[in-house]
This record gives sequence, structure tokens and C-alpha cells, in this order.
Amino acid sequence: MSQLFSNANKQVFMAPLNLDHPILIQVLGICSALAVTAQLEPAIVMGLSVTVITAFSNVIISLIRKTIPNRIRIIIQLVVVAALVTIVSMILKAFAYDVSVKLSVYVGLIITNCILMGRLEAFAMMNGPWESFLDGVGNGLGYAYILVIIGAVREFFGAGTLLGITIIPQSAYDAGYVNNGMMTMPAMAMILLGCVIWAHRAINKEGTK
Amino acid sequence: MEHSLSLFVRSIFVDNMIFASFLGMCSYLAVSKNVKTSLGLGIAVTFVLLVTVPVDYLLQTKILAEDGIFGIDLTYLSFILFIAVIAGIVQLVEMVVERFSPALYSALGIFLPLIAVNCAIMGASLFMQQRIQMDPATSSQAIGSIGDCFVYALSSGIGWTLAIVALAAIREKMAYTDVPRPLQGLGITFITVGLMAMAFMCFSGLSI
Repeated sequence: MSQLFSNANKQVFMAPLNLDHPILIQVLGICSALAVTAQLEPAIVMGLSVTVITAFSNVIISLIRKTIPNRIRIIIQLVVVAALVTIVSMILKAFAYDVSVKLSVYVGLIITNCILMGRLEAFAMMNGPWESFLDGVGNGLGYAYILVIIGAVREFFGAGTLLGITIIPQSAYDAGYVNNGMMTMPAMAMILLGCVIWAHRAINKEGTK
Repeated sequence: MEHSLSLFVRSIFVDNMIFASFLGMCSYLAVSKNVKTSLGLGIAVTFVLLVTVPVDYLLQTKILAEDGIFGIDLTYLSFILFIAVIAGIVQLVEMVVERFSPALYSALGIFLPLIAVNCAIMGASLFMQQRIQMDPATSSQAIGSIGDCFVYALSSGIGWTLAIVALAAIREKMAYTDVPRPLQGLGITFITVGLMAMAFMCFSGLSI
């Protein structure tokens, strides 16, 4: 048991959450990070889906890594990911239909999410299943928390709600407060992400290149 | 004809891949450091789109759909099939370009194989899958025929190229400006793209 949670493994799990963050440092998987964050709920669902898919595709590829011929490994990785994404997409349609409508094509686009391919190529092809699982969960959660931050800011300022519950009281609107409609537009997603990266780099000066 | 023109203009300016649906952001940010290479990548993306979207359209309507050759609804296979088609076609395009135009091949370099995992390509196929269910009479986004597919692929590719060349030009100029240290590189690029997206929002009422 102690071996499963050794220091090296803790490092594998923690690095993607901060200093080796998939979005902030490696600039992977931006497309979906921006597109689904107009509200908090789809952002959370998307973050969880990506975490699950990264973790399990890492485990599967890591288990069969010794039998994959090097030349066709990309296709095999894509097929494993595509199969997992299909399963997740069907589960979402069955249990959270409203959210899956909001996510529209971006669930399918998890297949081409660079975080997945990047982790499979750089980590799962070289490490055992348990380390790969930790790495996948770490990267997925790193991705998810950025989505949650941006989703929360955009929904709060854009609609005055969080998860659909009104936060800003009616009296504030009566006093002349107006929701910032700009926040729900695609442009603000990019500017917000730019600001998050700015803050992250200003805090971790040594971590920047 | 009118519908095609409307779809063409709409896909370039209103439903721009980058500014409206964030497709292909990874290579968009990574490659937009100078105008020449970004133009090359833009052309490669347009080219691959022109091949994959019509092929995926035929797959979707003739094989996967309920009235296709198998007579059962196989759309749940579409993710796997689309990505396999894209990966295969990119490989094929790479070999053809290498054989017939070595100059273009060396100019595109590493970008060609990377296009297989470019979200723009997969995204265009998935949007096409959504849009064939729309009614061409009422929606200018609808894709009703293989001709519309070509128009959609070409115009999305042009829109993507336009966006990446514009950003590359701005970044070339920005190399001489004094940006705060933590904001340098990625941060300021995102803010620039955000401002460009705002500018593109003024096209949103455009229709023909």
C-alpha cells in the first residue's frame, strides 16, 4: 500500500495540478476549455468527463503499451480514446440530457483534445498502469479546475447566477446593477483565460520558462 | 446558389472556427509566430477539411444513417469512424503531397501529420453531422447536399487561415513591445485573440 502512494507517485499526481499544468503551462486542450465555460454546470460536467477519459485511456494504453506496434500507435490511441468518448457521450445523453445538449459537439471533440494524446504519448506509453492512472487523474483535475474557475466567473458576472441559482439579489438590480452580457460571449473566455495565466505566472515565477 | 453563398460568408465571418467555436486552438496558438508558416498551416488545414468533410458526409448519410445501406441507426459509431477516416486521410494526403509536390511537402513539414489531431477537422465533421438535420429553407447554417459540404469545408478553412494569419501578423509586431513579464507569451496572446474575437463579433448580424 505504501508503495502505491510513494513520494514519486505523489509527484506524478501533483505536478499537473500546478507546475506542469496542462492548460496553463503546456497549452494543451484549449478548445473545449473555452467553449463550454459560459456556465458553471457544463464546465463541471466537461471537466469530470475529461478526467474520467484521461484516467482510463491512460490505464488502457499503459496496459497494452508493449504490444502496440510503434508505427500505428497513433491510430490505436485514437481508437481507444474514441471508444471511451462514445461511452461517456452515451452516459451523458442518458442521465444528463440537458447538459449534453449544451455541450453539443464538444463532447465528441474530447477525442482530439491534445491533453489526452499528449499524456498517452508522453506518459502512458512509458509507465505502468497505476502511475498512468494517477497522471491521468491529475491532468484531468488540473484541466477541470481551470474550467470551473472560468465557468464560475462567466456565469456569475454574465447572468448573476451560479449553477442556475440566483446569487445577486433583486435589490441590486433595482439599484441599477446590470448583468455584463459581454461575459457570455466567446471573446471574454479568452481574455479571462489570459488573465488566469497571468496570475498563475506571476505567482509561480520560477515555474515559467 | 443563394444558400451556398450565404453559407460561405457565414462560415468565414460569423461562425468562424476560431473566434466563435474555438476549434483548432492548440495549433493556432503554437504555430502563429510568423506569417509564412501560419499561412502554410492554414492551407494544409483547408485542404484536409475539403477532403474529410465530404467523405464523412457520405459516411454519415449513406452508411451510418437509418436509411443507409445497413438499414439500422449506427450513429453511435460516428466518433470512431470519423476519427479513423481523418487519421487515414491525413496519412494519405501526406503520401500524395510527398510524391507529387516535394516543395509543398517540405514547406508544410511537421504540420501535416499533426492535423490529424487538430480539433478543427474533427469539429467540422461533427458540426456537419448536426447541420444536416437542419432545414436549408429556414437556416443558412444547414448542410443539405455534398455541394454544401464542399462550400462549408472551404469557407471554414478560409476563415481559419484568415484568423491564424491575422494573429501571426499581430504577434510579429508585438515582439517589439514591452509586455509585463508574467503576461509575456501565452497570456498576452490570449488577450489579443479575445480582442480579435470581439472585433469579429460585429459580423454577427451579417446575412445574405
